[in-house]
Amino acid sequence: MKYAFSRKQLAIPYAVFLVLFVILPLFVVLSYAFTNGDGQISFRNFVAFFGSSKTVGTLLYSVVIAVITTCLCLLIAYPTAYILAKTKMKSGDALLMLFVLPMWINFTLRITALKEILTLLEGNLALHPFLNTIVGMVYDFLPFMILPLYNALAKLDDSYREAAQDLGASKRHVFLRVILPLSVPGIVSGVTMVLLPSMTNYVVLDMVYNSTYIMGSLIGSYFSSYDWHNGSVISIILLVIIGIITVISNRFTEGESDGKVSVLR
Amino acid sequence: MTVIEDLSLEIKKGEFVTLLGPSGCGKTTILRMIGGFEKPTSGEHLLDGKDISALPPNERPINTVFQKYALFPHLNVYDNIAFGLKLKGMDKKTQDEKVKKVLEMVDLEGFEKRSISTLSGGQQQRIAIARAIVNEPEVLLLDESLSALDYKMRKEMQIELKEMHRKLGITFIFVTHDQEEALTMSDKVVVMSDGDIQQVGTPEDIYNEPANLFVADFIGASNIFKGKMVGEKQVEFGGAVFTCVDDYAVDTVIDAVVRPEDVEIMGLGSGQEKSKAQLEGEVIACDFKGIFYVTAVKTDKAEIEVHNLKSFKSGDWVGLYIAPDSIHIIPYDTSINHYEGVLESYHAGLGFQIRFEDFTLDHVAPQRIFAGAVETPEDTVDRDNLFDADGQKIEWEGRKVVASFKPEDAVLSDDAEAGFVAGEIFNFIFMDDYYRYRVRSESEEDYIVNDAYLWNHGDHVSVNVPPKKFVFEVKD
Repeated sequence: MKYAFSRKQLAIPYAVFLVLFVILPLFVVLSYAFTNGDGQISFRNFVAFFGSSKTVGTLLYSVVIAVITTCLCLLIAYPTAYILAKTKMKSGDALLMLFVLPMWINFTLRITALKEILTLLEGNLALHPFLNTIVGMVYDFLPFMILPLYNALAKLDDSYREAAQDLGASKRHVFLRVILPLSVPGIVSGVTMVLLPSMTNYVVLDMVYNSTYIMGSLIGSYFSSYDWHNGSVISIILLVIIGIITVISNRFTEGESDGKVSVLR
Repeated sequence: MTVIEDLSLEIKKGEFVTLLGPSGCGKTTILRMIGGFEKPTSGEHLLDGKDISALPPNERPINTVFQKYALFPHLNVYDNIAFGLKLKGMDKKTQDEKVKKVLEMVDLEGFEKRSISTLSGGQQQRIAIARAIVNEPEVLLLDESLSALDYKMRKEMQIELKEMHRKLGITFIFVTHDQEEALTMSDKVVVMSDGDIQQVGTPEDIYNEPANLFVADFIGASNIFKGKMVGEKQVEFGGAVFTCVDDYAVDTVIDAVVRPEDVEIMGLGSGQEKSKAQLEGEVIACDFKGIFYVTAVKTDKAEIEVHNLKSFKSGDWVGLYIAPDSIHIIPYDTSINHYEGVLESYHAGLGFQIRFEDFTLDHVAPQRIFAGAVETPEDTVDRDNLFDADGQKIEWEGRKVVASFKPEDAVLSDDAEAGFVAGEIFNFIFMDDYYRYRVRSESEEDYIVNDAYLWNHGDHVSVNVPPKKFVFEVKD
């Protein structure tokens, strides 16, 4: 029998990877989260998490950090992306490159550099742990917000703006009623790319000597003390949050037949 | 870059006006200026006598149907149409009524809740029109609005637009490059080329009495001949003398335009036919076009296109007859190929050097510029002085000169160095046995050249004129 090559076979390596490193571990995490030390099914771990003011406090602290980071990123990135997208010159690409370039530099190196700058400004980093954390997070995640926003805004045909103006919309109304709604897919994908990682990115906190835990640090500390059960519980909680946000953002981008920028689909 | 220069156009209230021209002729720029999307660098734009040049688009009582419709994808049909009404702060009930009424008008009743992406091209087109006219503008602008539709749909929309125009009674300004569309729909057609208005008139005027060769060539098919007047209402072209209805002085050089459907074609079987035929020639092609035949006839001096119901075979020997009122005569434009330059230098024996914007002419004999000029012998002290016939010194320094040449004296070359100026072909017209090319240089000067070879639009060529063929005239 002759061997026939089909395109589907190209997917085999990825399928193997998916099963070994995504699906299987997910089941491992699930089984750890819902069992106790004796291997019996139990919700004790969840009860413990939500019963302890310390862990719930960590969850809230993570959410606060993540929300503030996301809002600040959005506030900085939107006008930036808007200007970049409106720059019809070739320099637009060069400018965009300037914002994206930090992504090419090693994360540890970047955050160390930021640390030095902040030390220079503040003297002692330990004086403003929260502020420094936010600065570090925003600095780290800004490109992830700019890129999807830029993509969404650059794609917007000028004729929409002109049509709105033609129908009597002032500059403010053109923005609020046409440009902003049409860039929602970009906003949604930017938010998903910033909100979740910033809940777990505890390296930033470590670097700026913020000793408060966020969800990421909690997982790290449980796992490093071989407490697989409690670590898995937190992973599952984060997974649920991701799920909820994805569902909400899909609701937002529905009907945007040609506006799919979302990475989490 | 200036696209439109010095243009004045008056449009009456309630007219259906079409701006017609090839792509890049500036018609869309004019429409965008009327809409307020483009600011003219100079000049005024009056509406009802008021200057609205400074008003932004949202403050003009004008609405546009965009080329690609530009319907908002995040809004449904209702919200798209009500967009302008909402901005005016109209109450919901009136909005509902108006949207309903305008949807009826475009034959899309009950489409309010539909999403834009579910609509076909023709439906989107109608919604775009509805969205514009619901605001009851004084002027409706349509930018190539039908060009995205297929042939049948376009025909249908043409009729519907005309009907809508009649019902609404507002001014429609329509932009198209489709001459058939322009002739079918408009009260008034504005033919444009290259930022200039070539002719303004009713569709009949434009077709039957083209103002110049561009219009004759662009609107419908034309046979264009170069000829001259040989007597009272007698014109000679294509190797024969014809009676015409236009009268110009004898010896006036003219271009004669004859529509292919106005040429009578006949076999030469009977003596009656033989005596009626003004031209004889050989059929070189005869193609069926659905309703009529397109026959190409080659006479010894020209190639003539004929549209009618008769079918011939290649090689048939036929006679042609053109009725007097079918010959449209356009006096030859003698002002072409005139270029202003400055007398740069003069030396006895070497002649003048004249500098023009695009080129420099050397060794021009002084007598060609100043008739009867007397040169000082080369070996004298004032060898660079020039005297007229009366012995008066001619003050030539810095004076302006107009140089001109005839299109038939020039030839084109693909070698940029071969001619005196290089440029790009941006327009050409097939004449009876040659092509008339317009070449535009980088400094936007136009050079008109008759050449027998076929070049293409956009070709880079140089224009070569023998130095002896230039004619000079001093400007005062």
